[in-house]
Amino acid sequence: MLAVTITIPDLVTFVLAAAIVLVAAIGVVVSRSPVHAALCLVATLFGIAVLFVEQNAEFLAAVQVIVYAGAIVVLFLFVIMLLGVDREEAIGKDPLRAQRPLGVLLGLLVLAEVLVLSRLSWPIGQPHVAGPVGGPSSNVADLARAVFTTYLLPFEITSALLLIATVGAVVLARRPPRSAGQPGAATGQPGRATGQPGGAIGQPGGATGRPALDGASQPDAADETGTVRSPEREGAPR
Amino acid sequence: MTTAVPMTPRIALVTSDPVFAHGVDLTAVLIVVVKVLLAFGLLLVSVILMIWFERKLISDMQNRIGPNRAGPWGLLQTLADGTKLLLKEDLLPERADRVVYRLAPFLAAIPAFLIFTIVPIGGAVHILGHTTLLQVADPPIGILFLLAMSGVGVYGLMLAGWASGSKYPLLGAVRASAQMVSYEAALGLSVVAVVLVTGSLTTSGIVGSQAPHVWNWNVIRLGIVPFVVFLIAATAELNRPPFDLAEGDSELVGGFHTEYTSWLFSMFYLAEFMNTISWSAIMVTLFFGGPDGPVFHVPVLNFLMPIAWFAVKTFAFLFLYVWFRAALPRFRYDQLMNLGWRYLIPISLGWLLVVAGFQISLAVGAATFGAAVLVALVLPRAFAVGKARHEESGGHDFDRVGG
Repeated sequence: MLAVTITIPDLVTFVLAAAIVLVAAIGVVVSRSPVHAALCLVATLFGIAVLFVEQNAEFLAAVQVIVYAGAIVVLFLFVIMLLGVDREEAIGKDPLRAQRPLGVLLGLLVLAEVLVLSRLSWPIGQPHVAGPVGGPSSNVADLARAVFTTYLLPFEITSALLLIATVGAVVLARRPPRSAGQPGAATGQPGRATGQPGGAIGQPGGATGRPALDGASQPDAADETGTVRSPEREGAPR
Repeated sequence: MTTAVPMTPRIALVTSDPVFAHGVDLTAVLIVVVKVLLAFGLLLVSVILMIWFERKLISDMQNRIGPNRAGPWGLLQTLADGTKLLLKEDLLPERADRVVYRLAPFLAAIPAFLIFTIVPIGGAVHILGHTTLLQVADPPIGILFLLAMSGVGVYGLMLAGWASGSKYPLLGAVRASAQMVSYEAALGLSVVAVVLVTGSLTTSGIVGSQAPHVWNWNVIRLGIVPFVVFLIAATAELNRPPFDLAEGDSELVGGFHTEYTSWLFSMFYLAEFMNTISWSAIMVTLFFGGPDGPVFHVPVLNFLMPIAWFAVKTFAFLFLYVWFRAALPRFRYDQLMNLGWRYLIPISLGWLLVVAGFQISLAVGAATFGAAVLVALVLPRAFAVGKARHEESGGHDFDRVGG
């Protein structure tokens, strides 16, 4: 089991996937447009999924694509589109200049750590680290057995934590209900009742404040998406 | 965990195909390549026929004649239209994001084909001393691949709308992504019910477990509910009527593909119809026994029987989709979200519980079913009472704000 020969297809797959991961990861950092960065992130996640398949961890690969590429980055893009922050960022005007050398230092530190760890204790060159591989779906079966027996408590705690986070997000995101006793509630603040025009989607810059020529499509889109969004928001927490 | 499982050399993703039983050699690779090409050709021809069929059928339903000029019964109309489309000028909107604008149609079309690759369209066949399944790939994660690809398919629509740089496509893109992400949950839950009963993630395993009799098909075994949920959610994933809000031609011009012309537009068109066929085939696989059906023994052509059954069943779903388009008006956005989140997800979750109960024993299943019915009856009443009481005490607007 330890003596695993590396075949040429394996090598080619690994090199290609690793190249995709590295190039796309650099793209995430250097892209000026947030949408391009998000797309590079998707490419990175895909490359990692291929590497998982290469390690015979098909289930992990599938979940990687379903959860990260299929849901999380889609939500990133959704937010980018809704808020209209998809203009290019001026990287030159970085307000936190001190972070750069610190970032480089931290990166080097992590790289060194990974290199040292890989020498010491990581199982290298051994594809089936997840356990014995037998039938067609043993990957899933092994994982399920581990999650629902050995690691049942951490698993349940994690899911409870996620649920709490969701409920917390919903509670924080909704506007406080107007109570009857509050002065001014009967008349209602006009801004509240009608929804701030243009600012309904929570865009602090104010879509209306922007000159029309600057983003000819954006203000309308923002208004429209504001109206589009409210029913979705109503349904989302359920 | 103590049982020692013998190690077998495996090639990830296409493992369970018996063509690799003796390892990978040149013939095996060749067979796989031929299968890919065949599947792609099959899908393309099906798309051409499907476009013609849809136009013809919907004409019949609306008391029109439909295409009748190019070829017999207008059969070549699609080819004529396609040729015209490809010869048109390829426009790039001024405000468009060049790279993403050209990338998006591919991101829509490729997952549509990849979904079809995991569908078993027949039994095993013997060629050149090899036995192979009549499906391009049979990955051990099988049906999860479907969910992954349907998740990736969102990008095509979303990026097309964003990259066009104008408002109608952007609105279409926002609608499409919200819709597809919402309905993926219900879709996944009904797939879980299938996996729970069949005990296998591979499409060949799912088909195999439904094999001997018609009443063993998942649509009956699972009690129709997961199938209905899957059908609705799949229609939403496809962006076909009545869920075609992303295109919404009466309000958004053409939705996400408003700005597209020429061959980039034809890619979207192709993707939509490939998706329709792929998802119909997936529904046949998951709920209707795939290529399973009564076999009459015909010498030599025996292997064509399952393929014929598969084609007939898939065709039934294609007919259904055209019928939907002719019969149902488009959903409003809030109705769409209500249906997805308030009805489909709770129903499929509850039904999943009932299915799990029946897996344990008949008594547990019956008890779960009773409890589910009770909850389904009591919960809306409880909500109504709570709402009424809340409104009585003066708090209004509660339900609309956030909860």
